Amino acid sequence: MNPFRKISCKIISETVKKLFIEANTELGKDVLSALRRARRTEGSERAGHALGQIEKNARIALKEKTALCQDTGLAVVFAEVGQDVHVVDGDLNEAIQEGVRQAYGEGFFRKSVCDPLTRKNTGDNTPAVIHTEIVPGDRIRITVMPKGGGSENASSLHMLLPTAGTEGIKKAVVGSVDKAGPNPCPPVIVGVGIGGSMDRASILAKKALLRPLDRRQSDTRLAKMEREILADINRLGIGPQGYGGKTTALAVHVVMEPCHIASLPVAVNIQCHAARHKFAVI
Amino acid sequence: MKDAIHITTPLTDKVCRSLKAGDPVLLSGEVYTARDVAHRRLHEAIGKGKALPLDIKGKIIFYAAPTPARPGRVIGSIGPTTGSRMDACTPELLRMGLKGMIGKGKRSPEVIEAVKKYGAVYFGAPGGVAALMARHIRRADVVAYEDLGPEAIMRLEVSEMPLVVLTDTCGRDLYENVRGVMKSPKILK
Repeated sequence: MNPFRKISCKIISETVKKLFIEANTELGKDVLSALRRARRTEGSERAGHALGQIEKNARIALKEKTALCQDTGLAVVFAEVGQDVHVVDGDLNEAIQEGVRQAYGEGFFRKSVCDPLTRKNTGDNTPAVIHTEIVPGDRIRITVMPKGGGSENASSLHMLLPTAGTEGIKKAVVGSVDKAGPNPCPPVIVGVGIGGSMDRASILAKKALLRPLDRRQSDTRLAKMEREILADINRLGIGPQGYGGKTTALAVHVVMEPCHIASLPVAVNIQCHAARHKFAVI
Repeated sequence: MKDAIHITTPLTDKVCRSLKAGDPVLLSGEVYTARDVAHRRLHEAIGKGKALPLDIKGKIIFYAAPTPARPGRVIGSIGPTTGSRMDACTPELLRMGLKGMIGKGKRSPEVIEAVKKYGAVYFGAPGGVAALMARHIRRADVVAYEDLGPEAIMRLEVSEMPLVVLTDTCGRDLYENVRGVMKSPKILK
């Protein structure tokens, strides 16, 4: 018996297309509840108004099936491919790119990808950034994340001294949000990747953003760190849209892995309030 | 919160001077979109002494590039991008008579100084609420740099677009004003 499960590239493209259309037009329920909660605790009228506008925008986008934000992002895709999957009828990477191409065309989304030097637009929002992992099983889990430029520009990597410890990490993260100020469209979600190498820390920070806001951190050390960093960030006074207030971040999510004895890489990936990501398993 | 102030283009000196950082505003009239590459082209044209594709005097630039319009619609989703990326070109545009900018995010001290010197206003549009903002656009026409696709310069007719005054003619800055209110966390000291 053939131990491999066949998955056609056509299904992969269709899934990627559907996910990007959903992600760009439907704000997650977890984000909406966090915004509502924040609106109840905000003292300032201006901050409450800014949060209310974000909720109203999400309702309009959902109803009209239109983009939540004009920056429909660089298309980031995480593909966890089961080792017992046999991808047929084409090339996995090209199938993902095709799904992106179709989503951005049919969804009337902005094409925001260009040549770094000439700045000439590629015209179809490809290439997507694809992170592929081989995992056990006979399925493919695809997660899509349209990532806006403003919040990505406010992200940073810190190669700390190995002995900088929790305080050093907290300072780097809170400092990044402080420096970014109103630019990344607060209230933000802060993804923190600790450990690994400089590239690994950045991927961990991005993956940290995929955790739903209503899912708890399972590691108690990191849960404490997340709470403390969030409290400090919300003392900065930046507030929704940078117009002042208590809600500069909705959440801080940390993912950690071991690192080299000489290093302490810390990546901070900032996500705007239009925290868009969807997944499907095929 | 104060009631929003209704203003209509063209922006006069009197209207500009009456606005204060933090004021909510509903803007109606004409604005022009331009962002990164369009600014670079305007800057190059100024450097070479060439005519600009639009007369900047008295105008408002909106740092924006919308999503494409669906059939039958005026425009797709639209909202501001980060203004600081346009900082290098902004003082010369203000010197040439640009009266207003709509964007999000902090500006350089040079831009704030030029806003003060030339009596202009930097307005903030809410970021990431682009489906809502689109409802305030009545008409959109590409007027220059069509080859830039979403980054082309467009002339927009807007109606009661909800904005906030970020930097006023006295150089007061909303972002700076709100930061002093809360005590900075100890970790940054």
